Amino acid sequence: MSAERLDVDALLADPGVRTIVCCGSGGVGKTTTAAALGVRAAEMGRGAVVITVDPARRLAQSLGLTELDNTPRPVPLPEAAEAGGSLHAMMLDMKRTFDEIVEAHADPERAREILANPFYRSMSSSFSGTQEYMAMEKLGQLRESGEWDLIVVDTPPSRSALDFLDAPKRLGRFLDGRLIRILGAPARTGAFRLLGAGVGAVTGIISKVVGAQALKDVQSFISSFDAVFGGFQERAERTYRLLQAPGTAFLVVAVPEPDALREADYFMERLAADRMPLAGVVLNRTHRPEADGPPAEEALAASRELEAGGEHPLAAAALLLHARAARLRDREAELRGRLTAAHPRIPVAEVPARAEDVYDIGALREVGEALGEAGPDGVPG
Amino acid sequence: MSQRDPDPSGGVRLHVVTGKGGTGKTTAAAALALSLAAGGGRVLLVEVEGRQGIAELFGRPPLPYEERKVAEARGGGEVFALAVDAEAALLEYLELFYGMRRAGQALTRFGAVDFATTIAPGVRDVLLTGKAVEAVRRRRGGRRPLGQAGDEPYVYRAVVMDAPPTGRIAQFLNVNAEVAGLARIGPVRTQADKVMETIRSARTAVHFVTLLEEMPAQETADGVAEIRGAGMNPGRLIVNMVRDPLFPPDVLAAAERGEVDVESLVQGVKAARLDRPSETADGLAREMAAHARRVRAEAAVRGRLDRVGLPAVDLPYLGEGIDTAALYRLADRLAEQGAAG
Repeated sequence: MSAERLDVDALLADPGVRTIVCCGSGGVGKTTTAAALGVRAAEMGRGAVVITVDPARRLAQSLGLTELDNTPRPVPLPEAAEAGGSLHAMMLDMKRTFDEIVEAHADPERAREILANPFYRSMSSSFSGTQEYMAMEKLGQLRESGEWDLIVVDTPPSRSALDFLDAPKRLGRFLDGRLIRILGAPARTGAFRLLGAGVGAVTGIISKVVGAQALKDVQSFISSFDAVFGGFQERAERTYRLLQAPGTAFLVVAVPEPDALREADYFMERLAADRMPLAGVVLNRTHRPEADGPPAEEALAASRELEAGGEHPLAAAALLLHARAARLRDREAELRGRLTAAHPRIPVAEVPARAEDVYDIGALREVGEALGEAGPDGVPG
Repeated sequence: MSQRDPDPSGGVRLHVVTGKGGTGKTTAAAALALSLAAGGGRVLLVEVEGRQGIAELFGRPPLPYEERKVAEARGGGEVFALAVDAEAALLEYLELFYGMRRAGQALTRFGAVDFATTIAPGVRDVLLTGKAVEAVRRRRGGRRPLGQAGDEPYVYRAVVMDAPPTGRIAQFLNVNAEVAGLARIGPVRTQADKVMETIRSARTAVHFVTLLEEMPAQETADGVAEIRGAGMNPGRLIVNMVRDPLFPPDVLAAAERGEVDVESLVQGVKAARLDRPSETADGLAREMAAHARRVRAEAAVRGRLDRVGLPAVDLPYLGEGIDTAALYRLADRLAEQGAAG
């Protein structure tokens, strides 16, 4: 009973909760968690939309998604309709999201110039952070549209899963940075004179490394982008504030493994530092022996004894299986204990590991049920 | 490599190890490096994502941008490790090709390095892969012009790269395509062409680490197809965390149908003098049924992996928390299965 149980159903049922952001390191089941939350919320009667970023193909298929598509698509879910709810899902197309912002903030001619610029094309599809930035932008758009009762966001699988907090600032810093101003400034203007001769050398080297044409592309991009830049910054700031506002709940998703929990610990610290509202931790793929059975050491000793005797091979193997499960469980309990000791007030929900992977609505529903039911003390709620 | 000739892997010298997050990519890469170094070779293990996973695995402080010995392999070999940092690689590159160390430092002040490496990820990847390729080609005899050093032995018998995850690997290695839009001409493009030549050649193989789970296997199949599509050479599937079978197939098949010889379990539990024999036996039977379902799911995944059409090597599950001793055991298993050719 070291940690509070995360009451996922209460979170999903709370009409004041408008956005749930799932974050965590790669491979911990973030997308699955987001999708399962969406299914469960819809079946509780909410109008939910799940934004996924780069989902595994079969999971996407389970939601009826076949391609990158910036429009939320309805997921057929009769149970949700009966409850008065609905589920939509979309896969983020980051380049298109970027293009749309440009089109919204620049006059048609300038927008055409920007969209055709090779540097823009490279940046909008591969700038490290663009995906995070665009996921947040899309979240802002959906939230502002007012069409959705609950938006569940799956954050991108970045090296640091909290890049989405930094990306808007980083993009802003880059576009507003000293270098890019200098590069964008026409020759012989004040900027060049002020900074002296060093600048010529710097642009010279950059052009050596990336080529003169690329530098020209950057310069023309900057001069056209300047006009829409203010709008960009403003949007990024607005989305960032939206995340801090009441109505947003962060869930840190993890699995009971040292690396994932270390990351989870870091996310929790970081969210607190940024004053982002953390609702709790979802601990996926936990293991629980099917029955009480003997403790790990006792089961292992019994298995060895039977193995040596040779008369009860089935029981020897079954006890070894149980010993492994019990040992895994002990280790997980220890790891979880460390997490809850470091963050005693953060509630935790456990989702047991499944024998089979999740790739249809039925399985997502089961994960949602586990989320709604399982507390960290192992007692179904 | 003398004792193992002729080389069954066709002279692969750059081993790129990728895998979905959570599959144990870094562990597999380290074990592969140890197995390749066994018998007296020197192998470089390169990390490109700034995670310092190698340092942690070998229980060492974070690696600087410097090739450092991290382990001895069996039979006198050595594993060196390097955490490649794009910024440092760019400065090194500028110095090497243009003698521009000071100018490079000026670039850092202006944020130009940040610009070139973070903003233009193509440049970043060229620098990272470029460093690994440089280590592959490096010969003893220092910085003599290439022609004169050509007869010297290589500094490293092999280079193992702990590469980005499966979902990004083809894009990461296909540096040519990445910089195509950015630098149509110029030195980065020339460098990318050179890197690409090695990466597409038979000297480079891309290995995929996977688990016997649906999603990692699916990503592996997709990743292998992408690597082939980009004209690169997939190497082996490294199936990680494989457990030995506990029960014969017929017992598992029956358990899946809920048919477990509970009476036999009760007898066994009694013989082992455990408490509450019938409840315990019932619990064990339920665990066996769940285990049987998992084994069948794993077999289905194994079938899908077989259809990928690459040679597979298995690494055993060694419990949570891999230590250095466990790495040697994994390296031995790779060597036994011929992955260290």
